[in-house]
Amino acid sequence: MSENEQNQIRDAIGQAINENEVILFMKGTPDAPACGFSARTVAALQSLQAPFAAVDVLPDPRIREELSAISQWPTIPQLFVKGELVGGCDIVMEMYESGELAQTLGVAVASP
Amino acid sequence: MPQAEEIKQRIEAAIPGASAEVEDWTGGGDHFKATVTAAAFVGRSRIEQHRLVYEIFGAEIGGPIHALSLKTQSPQ
Repeated sequence: MSENEQNQIRDAIGQAINENEVILFMKGTPDAPACGFSARTVAALQSLQAPFAAVDVLPDPRIREELSAISQWPTIPQLFVKGELVGGCDIVMEMYESGELAQTLGVAVASP
Repeated sequence: MPQAEEIKQRIEAAIPGASAEVEDWTGGGDHFKATVTAAAFVGRSRIEQHRLVYEIFGAEIGGPIHALSLKTQSPQ
């Protein structure tokens, strides 16, 4: 891969993170997640009815390489809110259960 | 192929004073679940705590270790 191509992918990822308030990098799509960890993270966001952008990292392995270089985070999924890495599946689920995720996303939690 | 016991020992060796419980999540030797308790986590965000553990394994995460599910906590 040329350095130029690599930079283009990195810039595109950086731009996507900055332009979308909530963005999830995942394996597969929200409708058809390709990994259990991505599926659980999508389900948590959907159950809070939080709007989010999603990027499938599977079509090109370079997306994942460049994303991990930017975020210093080795695994997928990765959730970003307002340009900051919130975490992967474990952290998102922990925050979902504690109510912190709703707070971070700025959504009201429906009473049970 | 890494085993749960080996992962536990590597975490405990790399983070001074850490205690780890590691289980092989699927029995397949590539999905692990770890609960790590360490004084080194005090004052660090969850992201930083998880990074400390992930750093031990570097490129093995996503490679031979397909997934390492983490729960980190400070000692009570």
